[in-house]
Amino acid sequence: METARPGGLKRYYDVNEWLFVGPALALIALFMLYPIAYSLYLSAFSGKGMMVKFAGFGNIIRLTKDPVFITALTNTITFFVIQVPIMITLALILASLLNNPRLKFSGFFRTAIFLPCVSSLVAYSVLFKSMFALDGVVNSALETIGIISEPISWFTEPFWAKTLIIIALTWRWTGYNMIFYLAALQNIDRSIYEAARIDGVPAWARFVYITVPMLKPVILFTTVISTIGTIQLFDEVYNLSAEGKGGPADSTLTLSLYIYNLTFRYMPSFGYAATVSYVIVVLVALLSLLQFYVARERR
Amino acid sequence: MTTQRFARALPDIFQYVFLGIAAFLSIFPFIWMLIGATNKNNDIIQGRLSIGSSLQDNIASFLTKVDLPLVMWNSIKIAIIGTAITMLVSSLAGYGFEMFRSKWRERIYSAILLTLMVPFAALMIPLFKMMGWGGLINTHTAVILPGIASAFIIFYFRQASKAFPTELRDAAKMDGLKEWQIFFYIYVPVMRSTYAAAFVIVFMLNWNNYLWPLIVLQSNETKTITLVISSLASSYTPNFGEVMIGVILATLPTLFVFFVMQRQFVQGMLGSVK
Repeated sequence: METARPGGLKRYYDVNEWLFVGPALALIALFMLYPIAYSLYLSAFSGKGMMVKFAGFGNIIRLTKDPVFITALTNTITFFVIQVPIMITLALILASLLNNPRLKFSGFFRTAIFLPCVSSLVAYSVLFKSMFALDGVVNSALETIGIISEPISWFTEPFWAKTLIIIALTWRWTGYNMIFYLAALQNIDRSIYEAARIDGVPAWARFVYITVPMLKPVILFTTVISTIGTIQLFDEVYNLSAEGKGGPADSTLTLSLYIYNLTFRYMPSFGYAATVSYVIVVLVALLSLLQFYVARERR
Repeated sequence: MTTQRFARALPDIFQYVFLGIAAFLSIFPFIWMLIGATNKNNDIIQGRLSIGSSLQDNIASFLTKVDLPLVMWNSIKIAIIGTAITMLVSSLAGYGFEMFRSKWRERIYSAILLTLMVPFAALMIPLFKMMGWGGLINTHTAVILPGIASAFIIFYFRQASKAFPTELRDAAKMDGLKEWQIFFYIYVPVMRSTYAAAFVIVFMLNWNNYLWPLIVLQSNETKTITLVISSLASSYTPNFGEVMIGVILATLPTLFVFFVMQRQFVQGMLGSVK
């Protein structure tokens, strides 16, 4: 640890040093630490609008009896349990294909697959809304190929509405994750792959036994950020459901959207909404811990 | 012989087909956006794939509903000012944490990194109330303020600062430069590629920001292009022709930044794993 400063200017430098980090610390304290503490305080009160009273753990008890909350929690968990593994696997496969030095047009493929990351969440949600209309371009394409015989009702059937959110998320974020894997793959010694190839190890086995283990730290990192992102899912479900309500029949309602509804759509019940938001905090913390634990275990 | 060669080439063909489909699916919505802008609403929701003749009508009806110069000005103002202040504050902190180490500062730094895990959903209610107390609801200040001190960008600048040659700083000190002079006259110019990458990332975050502006900006005069598209598309009977014009306007700046600064873009995204 380098703590002492040379010379007699120590005091001067100490002040100066804090000036560099000071503005950021002050802002983080004001717009991060204070709100999170205040949110905890709020969660101990119940009631709507002006009629607010102390409730202690009342809000937590209310959570367990609130069917809409249970639905929102189940939906949120469904989204990341299904979507994150699909996306990570797809991104890994794409990255290892693009890492092949003999592949032609790899620059084009890379840029194209990365392009969705450039679009704003709202803009792409709106585009998807127009593409997945009942007689829209996606349904007609699927019918032409012969995968479906009748148009899928993406916005009125709960199952398909959820599927659409998963498709949309996968479109938007696969390229983003792929870029991380590509960067990590470039640090792996090529000769390992060459040796495996000469020994007759097939491509899928090279992928499973070399690529995946070597990339474990990056896979862990991207899984954590993707999971945290999905737990907070809002923009897509708000813009892909009718009037932003998380329909049909609450099938795409997420925790963030529920908090928004509780606070800004009806008579605000800040205390209860703050309690729901702490569920997100706890979920994020638990999952991050779990993922780091799992990765450490296997090492 | 030929069948053997074909069998050997088969995995290769499969590779190209797979990548080709992935690339097509990734690009298609962008093409769809451009085609859609030239078609009528009915044609769009019926999946018409050819270029239509309604571009001018779509632009005209978009302009009757949206005060375009004002909306673009709002978006650009928030993105540019927000990005500039974020980069200044976060790079000062990143420099500070890397150059002057002390036990306390390392502890505080670890605590800052923990805030990366705090979801925005947990902050939005208290932040909204705080902005209410400050009389800042419906102002762009309220949109910009909470995003300025970003743990992610501080982390990014600290990581990048490890590459800043300490000899430069020592030499400048020898010449009697003060620490802030070293920062502004030496560090900033030397680290310009780091700044470029950070700019791309922070600009995108600000330009595309949605949930917080949706909460805080309530009048039409303060809304950004992202909010405008969302409200156009969520009406009972959206006119997707108009919506497409808005989507193009919202997407063009980020596409432009991406193609002009692709290297910095990728570098910025990877900044956190190095």
